[in-house]
Amino acid sequence: MDQIQKNLLEQIADLHDVPAGAYNIRANSESAGRRTTANIDIVTKEDKPGIDIIIKPGTKNESVHIPVVISESGLEEMVYNDFHIGEGAEVTIVAGCGIHNAGDEKSRHDGIHTFYVGKNARIKYVEKHYGSGEGTGERVMNPKTVCILEEGAYLEMDTVQIKGVDSTDRITEAKLADGATIVVSEKIMTHGKQNATTTFKVDLDGVDSSAHVVSRSVAKDESTQLFISEVNGNNRCNGHTECDAIVMDGATVSAVPKVSANNVEASLIHEAAIGKIAGEQLMKLMTLGLSEKDAEEHIINGFLK
Amino acid sequence: MLRLENISFTVDGDVGRRDIVRDVTVEFPDGFTVITGPNGGGKSTLAKLISGIYTPTSGKIWLDDKDITDLSITERANAGISYAFQQPVRFKGITVQDLIKIASGRKIGVSEACEYLSEVGLCARDYIDREINASLSGGELKRIEIATVLARGSSVSVFDEPEAGIDLWSFGSLIKVFENMQGKVGGSIIIISHQERILNIADNIVVIADGEIAKVGTKDEVLPGLFCGSGVCSILENKI
Repeated sequence: MDQIQKNLLEQIADLHDVPAGAYNIRANSESAGRRTTANIDIVTKEDKPGIDIIIKPGTKNESVHIPVVISESGLEEMVYNDFHIGEGAEVTIVAGCGIHNAGDEKSRHDGIHTFYVGKNARIKYVEKHYGSGEGTGERVMNPKTVCILEEGAYLEMDTVQIKGVDSTDRITEAKLADGATIVVSEKIMTHGKQNATTTFKVDLDGVDSSAHVVSRSVAKDESTQLFISEVNGNNRCNGHTECDAIVMDGATVSAVPKVSANNVEASLIHEAAIGKIAGEQLMKLMTLGLSEKDAEEHIINGFLK
Repeated sequence: MLRLENISFTVDGDVGRRDIVRDVTVEFPDGFTVITGPNGGGKSTLAKLISGIYTPTSGKIWLDDKDITDLSITERANAGISYAFQQPVRFKGITVQDLIKIASGRKIGVSEACEYLSEVGLCARDYIDREINASLSGGELKRIEIATVLARGSSVSVFDEPEAGIDLWSFGSLIKVFENMQGKVGGSIIIISHQERILNIADNIVVIADGEIAKVGTKDEVLPGLFCGSGVCSILENKI
């Protein structure tokens, strides 16, 4: 990998070198490194681009890194990654995509990640998206994540897109069996003329299944954001979605929630709060000696932390 | 020393122009000054005029012979004015440690943050990583607010009703905070309060009513007459 690719890798996965544990690094649509362990296997798909990550039942305290970096202008790709997580496994999965576009052609990474989370498995999934490069070519990422949780499974998903992605259409779908839980925390910041759409569709099919989805975002300049959530309570379950956005300059943010209780025991909540930074917050930090601009930065950094 | 000179503050409301503060001239020497008086009399407005949140309609504000009337909130903070809000502000994502760090204006470690928090009766271990959001009670927020002012160590510190909402923490402890502060930092400590126990530690008392100074003097001069002759009816006065 060259320096640009290494910088991207550092941004999206906090990696200075190859990670510990299992990993698969994809650079400009080619494999740039892979390691498997006794419990975690990574296999290249034969019918389409992408990999299968197979985690044995009962695997504990292991991690898998699968970062993707693109530094070639004009490269467009679609990748399918499937995660087969065995019963009772407890694993951290770190994905992420960094695009450096120095040219004037569009670079695009679309990915469909499908998680098959076995009974009582506990997974933490971390995903960071980042764009850089002085070129006029757009940096586009359209990730789709499908989560199928078996009985008692637990999936915690942290996704972050802070800088440099011109356009993103992010879809997350989840289907939960009895006692399964999904916790999603999404952080997005858009600036310039960027555009981000994020859609959550959660089917709470199982008894005592639960979903907790929190999206925090900041829209600056002329950027636009759309947050769509659809939660279907099909059994005795708990669902909670929250969209919390700071809107600045000439940006726009819309939230479109849909919560459907298809069972009398379903308990569903949606919250949305969109607005500018509260004047009293700025004022408080200014009385501590910060300039208005620094105060604004502290508030945004804290909000997206 | 802080000095207000002929300060007035007028607002345009639905019912026309209204004077909130009228021609106030007062000095705040080093030591404790307690500003007191009836609700709605203009005490909090005065605190906001001192910290720069409001700009006076007329008059001058002097800090050690420097005219600070036209300085912004930030410039006044950096000139040495601190202000503890009556209702502390909540943030999403900013932690207690972040706020104390910003207040102190330098990189500080956990042990130093602990010093300020323990001063207000909070254990740093339990609070340092807590977000300053709705998960904290009003009393906890209030104490953190006081800790941020301690961390600043300014020459002028204004506290707007610091005792309001303080939970499970004695008045005695709060008073000790102010006394310690005077020992360590010195300067003018200006406290807006109705509480007799706080009035008791005052070197000077300023009584504000209807936007004007009703009385100003040392504690011994002002305190004895403060709780009588307030114009309330005899039934209420018998019960006070």
